[in-house]
Amino acid sequence: MPRKQAKPTAGAEPADGPIQFLSPDGLLEPDSRLELPPAVDLLALYRDMALVRRLDTEAIALQRQGELGLWPSLRGQEAAQVGAAYALAEQDMVFPTYREHGVAWCRGLDPVSLLGLFRGSTLGGWNPYERRFGLYTLVIGAQTLHAVGYGMGLVRDDVVGSGDDTRDTAVLVFLGDGALSEGETNEAFLWAAAQNLPVVFFCQNNQWAISAPYSVQSRVPVAQRAAGFGFPGVSVDGNDVLACLAATREALTRARSGGGPTLIEAVTYRINAHTTADDATRYRPSAETDEWAAKDPLERLRLHLTASGGVGDTGGVGEEYFADIERREQELAEHLRAGCRALPVPDHASSFENTYADMPAELKRQLAEHSEFLASGFLAAGQEIGATR
Amino acid sequence: MSISMVKALNNGLRKALADDPKVLLMGEDIGRLGGVFRVTDGLQKEFGSLRVIDTPLGEAGIVGSAIGLALRGYRPVCEIQFDGFVYPAVNQIISQLAKLRHRSGGVITLPVVIRIPFGGGIGSIEHHSESPEVYFAHTAGLKVVTCSNPQDAYDMIRQAVDDDDPVIFLEPKRHYWTKGEVTDETSTPTPFDRARVLRAGTDATLIAYGPMVPAALEAADAAAEEGRSVEVIDLRSLSPLDLDTVRESVHRTGRALVAHEASLSHGFGAELAARIQQEEFHFLEAPVLRITGYDTPYPPSRLESDWLPGVDRILDALDHSLSY
Repeated sequence: MPRKQAKPTAGAEPADGPIQFLSPDGLLEPDSRLELPPAVDLLALYRDMALVRRLDTEAIALQRQGELGLWPSLRGQEAAQVGAAYALAEQDMVFPTYREHGVAWCRGLDPVSLLGLFRGSTLGGWNPYERRFGLYTLVIGAQTLHAVGYGMGLVRDDVVGSGDDTRDTAVLVFLGDGALSEGETNEAFLWAAAQNLPVVFFCQNNQWAISAPYSVQSRVPVAQRAAGFGFPGVSVDGNDVLACLAATREALTRARSGGGPTLIEAVTYRINAHTTADDATRYRPSAETDEWAAKDPLERLRLHLTASGGVGDTGGVGEEYFADIERREQELAEHLRAGCRALPVPDHASSFENTYADMPAELKRQLAEHSEFLASGFLAAGQEIGATR
Repeated sequence: MSISMVKALNNGLRKALADDPKVLLMGEDIGRLGGVFRVTDGLQKEFGSLRVIDTPLGEAGIVGSAIGLALRGYRPVCEIQFDGFVYPAVNQIISQLAKLRHRSGGVITLPVVIRIPFGGGIGSIEHHSESPEVYFAHTAGLKVVTCSNPQDAYDMIRQAVDDDDPVIFLEPKRHYWTKGEVTDETSTPTPFDRARVLRAGTDATLIAYGPMVPAALEAADAAAEEGRSVEVIDLRSLSPLDLDTVRESVHRTGRALVAHEASLSHGFGAELAARIQQEEFHFLEAPVLRITGYDTPYPPSRLESDWLPGVDRILDALDHSLSY
C-alpha cells in the first residue's frame, strides 16, 4: 500500500502569508517584511485599475458581439498588473504572456492594438521596441527565456549596475502559475540565477491554469521555488496594488543594480473563465469565485480612498474624482468599439510578407499564384470552398 | 592552404567575431573545451567569455536566450552539440524564432544561427547520427543550409552570420576532418542560398547535399569509367531551394537522382522529385529516384555502413534510371 503523502502546502501561502498593505476592507497597514512605497499616487493607481477593468469588460462585450474571436480576461488581476507596471522605469523591457492588458495599458500602448490578435487581423499588433513591451506569447513559458536572453544583452551592453539610474535597465517578465511547470520556465530560472541576470519573474498565481488548480502544478508555494535556484522569492497579495508595486520596485531596483533575479508571486484570482471560449463552471465552484470577489482589488482601494483621512489625510476622495473616471471609461469604451471595428482586414499579401527579410523566389511565385487566384473572382470573398458556383 | 572543415569553420567564426562586436557564440562546452568537435577551439580565449559563452545544459535555453539577445541587437551563433539534441529546442525554433519577424510585421529581426553537426558515419551511439533537416526546411521563416567541404564551410558560416534571417546551419560531422583548399578574401563566394554544380555531365543529374556530396562525386567518377556522364549538384541550401540550378540541369540530362542520409518517406528527396516532375515533366526520360536512409530509427553503429546510402547504391540507382 502506498504510503500516505503529506498534504501539500496550500498553493499560495507560506507560513506567514503573502505581504499585504491594503486589506480587503481598505485598511492600510505596514508589513514588517517590505517597506511601504513612498510617494505613490493612489488616485492614479485606482484610475488606471478602473480603466483597465473597463478595457477588459469592453473586450469581452466585443467578443460576445462577434467582433473578437476570443478574449482572455484579466478581471481580478488589475492590481497585480498595474502595481507591477508602476514599478517599471522607461528603459526597462517587459515580456508579457497574453493576458497582460493592464501592463500594456500602463506602458502606453493604444489598447486597440491589443485587439488585433484576438480579432484575427494580425499575429502581433504593436512595435515591441516602441514601448518596450514584447509581443504577446501564447506558448506558455516561452517568453521567460527571451527575457533571460534580453537580460544577457543588458549585461553585455553594460547597463546593469553602472549606478546611473537613467541607464541601468532590468527585464520584467510575466508568467502564470501554469507556466511554472514548463521546462523552459525552469531553464529560465536556472539561467538567470547562474548568470545573475537583471530579470524579475512576476508570476500571477491566479489559482487556475484553465481547469487545473495550483495543486496540480506543485507541492510547494510559488515563491519558495526561487530558493532552489538561488535567488529571492517573495509572495505578495496580488489584489493589493501597493504590495505588488512595492515588491516589484524592490526587485527591479535590485536587478538594475546588478543584484540578480527575483521571483515574485502575486497571489490573485482569475475571476472569469480562462478565455471567453472556456466554461469555468465545469471545474470550479462558484463559492470560490464569490470568496475571491470579496477580495476585489479595486473595491479595497476605493474603500480606502473614500474613507475619511484616506488620502494624504485630506479626507475622502469626492464624487468628482469618480465621475471623471467614469467619463474616461466611456471615452475608452467608445475608442475600443470604434477602433476594433476599424481594424483593417489585412491585405492577402501580408501573409507572405516578412516571412523572410527578402521574399524568396518560391514564395514570390506562390504569392503571385494566390493573387491571381483571388483576382480571378473564382471564389468570392466570404464564399466557402465547395459552395455552389 | 589545405585545412579541415573544423578548422575552416573555426576560421570563419573567428572572422565573424572579429568583424562585428555584436556576434556571440553560445553553446554547451564551446568555451574552455572548444566544443566536442573543437569547432570553437581557442575562440573563448581570444574573445572572452562574454562573447564565447559556455551555457548551462539546456537546448531550449540556448535558443530561447539567443532570441532575447537578438531582440537586444546581438547576432548569436548557437551550437547544438549533436543533431539528436536539438529537439528540446524545437518550440523555441519553430514557434518563436521562425515566426517573430512575420508576427511583428517585419519590425523584429532575429539574426540567429543554429549550428548543428548532423548525419552519421562516425560509429557513434544513438541520437548522435541523425538527419533532422526536413523538420526545419518545412518551417516557414527558417533558412536551412549545409556545407560539404572546407571552402564552403568557411564562406557559408560567415554568410549565415551576416544574414538577417534565422539560419539552421548543418555541418556534416563525418567530413569534419576532411581537408580541402581554403582561400580567404580574394574570391567572391557564391551566395549561400544557391546550389552549385560540382561536376558537369550529360546523362543524369545526381543531387546531394552535406554528408552525401563526397559519395555522389565518387559515384560520378565510377560511372565515368563506364562511359556514363553524371552531373553532380551540391544543393547547399535546402530552404530556400535553388530550383533554377536543378531545373536547368535536369532539363538537359532528362534524369534525376537524389541522395540523402535522412529516411526516405517525406524526406527532402520527395520535395525535389515533386518539383522536378512538375517543372520538367516532358523532358524526363525516367522517374526521379531517391537513394536514402530507410524509414527506421538510425541503426546501431555496427550496421550503419550498410544502412547508409553510399556509392554502390547510387550506382545501382543510376543503372535503374538509365534502364528506362
